[in-house]
Amino acid sequence: MSVKLSTRQVGDVTVIDANGRLTLGEGASTLRETIRDMAGKGHKKLLLNLGDVSYIDSSGIGELVSGFTTLTNQGGQLKLVGLTKRVKDLLQITKLYTVFEVFDDEANAVRSFA
Amino acid sequence: MSEQRSEEVQVVDAEFDSTLESVDSAEDAVLHAAGKFGFDEEDLHKIGIAVRESMVNAVVHGNRYNIRKKVHLKVKRGEDRIIVEIRDEGEGFELEKIPDPLAEENLLRHSGRGILLMQSFMDEFEMYRADPKGTEVRLVKYRGKD
Repeated sequence: MSVKLSTRQVGDVTVIDANGRLTLGEGASTLRETIRDMAGKGHKKLLLNLGDVSYIDSSGIGELVSGFTTLTNQGGQLKLVGLTKRVKDLLQITKLYTVFEVFDDEANAVRSFA
Repeated sequence: MSEQRSEEVQVVDAEFDSTLESVDSAEDAVLHAAGKFGFDEEDLHKIGIAVRESMVNAVVHGNRYNIRKKVHLKVKRGEDRIIVEIRDEGEGFELEKIPDPLAEENLLRHSGRGILLMQSFMDEFEMYRADPKGTEVRLVKYRGKD
């Protein structure tokens, strides 16, 4: 199963809800395209909800990083919410916990964009 | 190429095409063997990721999706461990030349974290030039170590 993405607005923050596996191939490329699409439409405050992401490999991590740099270079922000322990462990192992702002609670995450 | 160690029993010996579908198939094959050997869910997840990363390296970087080149998978069972050997038929590469993904200047690189994950999730990791050509990775996970 690949990843399914849906988007919703919470104020001026676009929340991307991800469900499934972020792995090399369709899953990772879907995320990349969605982030670029949002940024292209002027949505520069993106909150990626990974609560229902069961599996990420290094390619999925790579797309998170690419999304982060794409938005940052355009003056935007990409933050993460709802990480499972496995995903948190991956970010720790790869030292990306020092790069991304990570939240457990969506309300706090949305407020942080102000 | 690795040699069979006396207490290891081979349970899988397979050959895959250099496709992304093969990555999924190899992961499934290894997890099936590891599950029967009694690894818990968390260890199975780690083994799956490590196998996946090694297969992707073999398909994408080793064999470069070349339909004439295969990826060879062997799974062996020791008394207290599972051993996974993945070999491609590519030109080989030098581990020392891979940028350190944990170096500050490399944290935002799009790729280059596969070996780090294999080393983190498995108890033993070896990579060496295969005979006659290619790269072989040997991954070992001990049962009940954590």
